[in-house]
Amino acid sequence: MTDTLLEIDHLSVDYETGRGDLKALRDITFDVNKGEIVGIVGESGCGKSTLISSILRLTAPNTRFREGEIRFKGQDLLQSSERHMRELRGADISIVFQDPMQTHNPVLTIGQQMLDIQHRSKQSKPDKLAHAAKMLGAVGIPDPEARLKQYPHEFSGGMRQRIAIAMALMSEPDLLIADEPTTALDATLEVQIIERLQELQREFHCAILFISHHLGVIAELCERVVVMYAGAVVESGEVREIFHNPKHPYTRRLIECDPGHIKERARVLPTIPGEVPDLANLPGGCIFRDRCDQAMARCATEVPPLDQLKEGHHAACWLNHEEVTT
Amino acid sequence: MLSFATRRFGLSLLILFVAVTVMFLMIRAVPGDPVQIMLGPRATPELQAQLTAALGLDQPIWKQLLIFYGNLLQGDLGTDVFSGRSVTDIVFQQLPFTLELIFASILWSASLGIALGAYAAAHPNTLIDRIAAAISVSFVAAPAFVVALLALLVFAVHLQWFPAIGAGEGFWDRLDHLVLPAFAIGLSWVGYIARLVRASMLEVMGESHVRTARAFGIAERRVVMVYALRIAILPVVTVIGVGMGFLLSSAVFAEIVFARPGLGKLVIDSITTRNYPIVMGSVLISTALFVVSTALADLINALLDPRARTAH
Repeated sequence: MTDTLLEIDHLSVDYETGRGDLKALRDITFDVNKGEIVGIVGESGCGKSTLISSILRLTAPNTRFREGEIRFKGQDLLQSSERHMRELRGADISIVFQDPMQTHNPVLTIGQQMLDIQHRSKQSKPDKLAHAAKMLGAVGIPDPEARLKQYPHEFSGGMRQRIAIAMALMSEPDLLIADEPTTALDATLEVQIIERLQELQREFHCAILFISHHLGVIAELCERVVVMYAGAVVESGEVREIFHNPKHPYTRRLIECDPGHIKERARVLPTIPGEVPDLANLPGGCIFRDRCDQAMARCATEVPPLDQLKEGHHAACWLNHEEVTT
Repeated sequence: MLSFATRRFGLSLLILFVAVTVMFLMIRAVPGDPVQIMLGPRATPELQAQLTAALGLDQPIWKQLLIFYGNLLQGDLGTDVFSGRSVTDIVFQQLPFTLELIFASILWSASLGIALGAYAAAHPNTLIDRIAAAISVSFVAAPAFVVALLALLVFAVHLQWFPAIGAGEGFWDRLDHLVLPAFAIGLSWVGYIARLVRASMLEVMGESHVRTARAFGIAERRVVMVYALRIAILPVVTVIGVGMGFLLSSAVFAEIVFARPGLGKLVIDSITTRNYPIVMGSVLISTALFVVSTALADLINALLDPRARTAH
């Protein structure tokens, strides 16, 4: 039995808007163990960003936590004081954001920003700078002492993302959240960043919650994967199991659409027809029904539960109903 | 950085040249013979011809302009028609009064405006934000000359808190005399700068790097004051640089209403008496003041924003 670090327990989050409540997350349940890499995959608007900002509690003012808990080391973050949250941010939980070009302050030097995030440390300023330079060296920035004096715009996108990773790992966090860290970078850089992340994870033993819509990267990096669709978990389990034996039509279509899986030359790249349902006005039944080619009468009326199909594999689809073991 | 400064300086000189030339031509287009106005209706034709020649007004206008620039390059702004004193002396005697008025106005209006705007942006859509908005809009809407007259009436005549006229002598007395005029011409700037800072701050607070700073648990106070304000302040610096020009014209009102010495009062007095050399001297100096302040604002921006430094 491994130690659980982060538990998302039946989490439902709404956004209050002019046209009613937007049900951004509904009944999300999964957990991340200590030192484990868990991937979250899903298309734009599936609620990945809401999930991240909920964990850090850096949500927009119109966010409403309707139900559920986010437990970190057993403590419910949604009930924690703002003071406690600030103690966690950048210390026990760190984050690498999506767009490396926007993630650093443009008018402060990298060194100044790396000094600022060590605000909890009692070390002297030269020691903090030395620590910052060491971290830059660890992510492969050459001549780190000199580069601490430079501004973000003097670095390339790939370098900025590596700096962001260095900053996130500086406090040796227990949990690193990586929000599509390679989406804004080109393919060769993506491989570099992923390899660097793997090395660092082995060195620092932190758990990583890796958000991506790139299935190849998830398969490469993660042990377990959570597939999200329109604010809900549709399938979760071991990466190998999910990729070889997907049990939800959405996961199957995602794998078919992944460029890495397309073997034959095609005039038109495969897509999933249809659109994500309106989160402010959700239809009854299964949320994927309108885009599913295997939809049945039952899918229109009843919401399929996220059932355990075998040890470590859950899916929410009526097609699996006969196989359900519990 | 150096080539940026050089080019900025060249542009400043060009602006100065155009402004001074236009002013030179404009004052000569004002109707009425300057010599007649200066000497009065009973002057003899001989006397008139003598003064016309002394002022160089018998020459064609392009030649007058050439002579003006020729003297200017030698640091000579001409002599006052009435007192015979050097225009340079007269203008530089009045300049400090206008400068202290403008700096005092900018100092109090910018500090209050930035504080008000930053506070409103840190607490958007709260009661405090709405009160700040109401205050700033009403301040923006108040014209300097109306505020000047009202301030004079209320604080100097009725309450007698501050002196009504003059510039005072000695540091504390001059400061005392500065309060009402600086209040009058700075008031609308408080509102303007507050609105600008609020909008600029709200935009910066929504940028990803602010989210990053928060995600690292950096104290909210530091996020607002350093991470956001340092960027949000950039447009304000530019506006203050340009605003020096507007403040120069507001200073004219304040100097007349409060009977303060200064460039504004000097220009008005010398235009009514057609004292060409003084008008040209004051205009040249105030234009230079404006040009220098906008150039200075650009340089400060370049110092505050590393991106602007390398972009040029």
